[in-house]
Amino acid sequence: MRLSEHPILNFERVRGREVTIYFEGNPIKAHEGETIAMALHAAGIRTYQYSTKKHRPRGLFCAIGKCSSCLMKVNGIPNVRTCITLVEDGMQIEMQEEKPLLPETKKPPKWKEPPRIEADVIVVGGGPAGMMAAINASDGGAKVVLLDENPMLGGQLVKQTHKFFGKREQFAGVRGIKIADILEEELRKRNIELFLETSAIMLLQNGEDKLVVGVKKNKELIEFKGKAVVVATGAMERMIPFENNDLPGVYGAGAIQTLMNTYGVKPGDRVLIVGAGNVGLILAYQLYQAGVKVEAIVEAMPKIGGYFVHAAKVRRLGIPILTRHTILRAEGNEKVEKAVVAQLDEKWNVIPGTEKVFEVDVIALAVGLRPSIELLHQVGCQIKYVPELGGHVVIRDSRMETTVKGIFVAGDSAGIEEATTAMLEGKIAGIGAALIAGVASPEWLKEIEKAQKELEVFRSGPFGRKVLEGLRKVVVK
Amino acid sequence: MSEIPQYLKEGFLSVEELKEYVKLPDEDRLRQRPVAIPECPQEIPCTPCAEICPTNAVLMEHPNALPVVEYEKCIGCSLCVQICPGLAFFMVHYIGEKARVTMPHEILPVPKVGEEVILLSRVGEEVGKGKVVTVIPREKSKGDTPIITVEMPRELAWDVRAVKVVRE
Repeated sequence: MRLSEHPILNFERVRGREVTIYFEGNPIKAHEGETIAMALHAAGIRTYQYSTKKHRPRGLFCAIGKCSSCLMKVNGIPNVRTCITLVEDGMQIEMQEEKPLLPETKKPPKWKEPPRIEADVIVVGGGPAGMMAAINASDGGAKVVLLDENPMLGGQLVKQTHKFFGKREQFAGVRGIKIADILEEELRKRNIELFLETSAIMLLQNGEDKLVVGVKKNKELIEFKGKAVVVATGAMERMIPFENNDLPGVYGAGAIQTLMNTYGVKPGDRVLIVGAGNVGLILAYQLYQAGVKVEAIVEAMPKIGGYFVHAAKVRRLGIPILTRHTILRAEGNEKVEKAVVAQLDEKWNVIPGTEKVFEVDVIALAVGLRPSIELLHQVGCQIKYVPELGGHVVIRDSRMETTVKGIFVAGDSAGIEEATTAMLEGKIAGIGAALIAGVASPEWLKEIEKAQKELEVFRSGPFGRKVLEGLRKVVVK
Repeated sequence: MSEIPQYLKEGFLSVEELKEYVKLPDEDRLRQRPVAIPECPQEIPCTPCAEICPTNAVLMEHPNALPVVEYEKCIGCSLCVQICPGLAFFMVHYIGEKARVTMPHEILPVPKVGEEVILLSRVGEEVGKGKVVTVIPREKSKGDTPIITVEMPRELAWDVRAVKVVRE
């Protein structure tokens, strides 16, 4: 089902011409500009594939191209990430079950030398950190190329309908979606070459030269050669163990935001949210705004982890928050039909007899994120496990340069924080990259210092303590 | 581990708890003109309320400090209610036996002036009915958030923090 009215969003803006795609041979109406997974969900289709061994149904989970839940066969090609592949008129979409094979009738394309794009700075990732890195590197005089595997710029900003915190000069009081527009406009004003729907699959270095290997639209190989690279690849939603956590309808919180806020697709009718951090709280409010019933938010910790003001917003709309509660299992055949939760005692054990059953068709997991560091890992950056930053992160200096000279990191891929800090880190990394590339003048060091100070202030409150603790473990002088 | 405040276990502030964090205005002040009340008990890095206030009535020692409103300086302009990213600012004004509460309303439908609405407490309980007396639509709001002022019995002024619009 598609949403029409919304207090914040206007979906007519994103919905293009109506087209027809075919799911298992049956025609489905879709709109240009939306991804295959979104169009299928809007048509009520929740199961996208079956697991190979046990034949269990699989649906959407992350909706940003970071997991394998939505892989399907598209026009005969298996393993297409349908959550980041745009619909095209006449597309044939099929579920895949056994180990998928390439169609025998199709020959692989003949090898030819891939096109090579050269620049001073290559930015991987078009979210808040990547866009700020590109804008600032460009302003520092660098020739910049930016690639992102999603069909639109903005990263996770494109689904953030809430207003940001911080200072007004850092976009406080402005909605995330609006910030995405502002940054995209700034980016397009500059001479920055953009490659969307382009996945970075490899990061290599040869002396001072860096090479990013990208694949555009699943078929075209492109090489990006630069003097410096900024990796701003974001993060991946976490999963937690509970019975039937693989049922279609168990979604990462971000996937639900993508469905309803980016594409205007109603995620379901009744939702249980697991996790009362900022993401879970904000999600509850957004679901209410989209006309979806939120049965409850359960949180295993004895207190709400997100900002109190976000909690207050959902409580006054009648949404309960159950601290010291956990999810025990999901129930349902092909998709989620029920969620069973229970209370925890002080030692984190389930208290028998406290089970509650919620009739829901969606379970949203808002239990944290882990940084996406695959490219950095591959190129040989030193890595450390830092739980305060969400998992494995790379060692870097105060200019966001990793242990591999000329490779920078910014945003959630550097450690889980927020968009405001991601933008500041992006700025620092972008300028740092332009300096290493030998194009920016030393004057730019002042801008780095300014951004470092702003980060310091932003992290100076009680909510910044954990992050600072983590940063002490990975930031080298 | 230090004691967890009740509002972080439950997700709402009781009026008694609110008074621990913010000194509420006295009745004389509440009768003079609308006055801004921040319901923001946590140190978070956020300053738009202090930055937008035209009379510098919102004090904040550092960007993570709790906002404190100097009630005598507050002119009841509602800009803080409009801009607050946490939707945590409200205005209260006593008029005779009635009170007017100004609050953000980012839910559809946005009520019309004169419309009767259901009053919701901080935990979403229906506690009565009120009449909408002012609406600042999203387009005219400094913070892209519609805000409404609702007239209600005075004894509900410190309980009601949202409304539900029910149309046939």
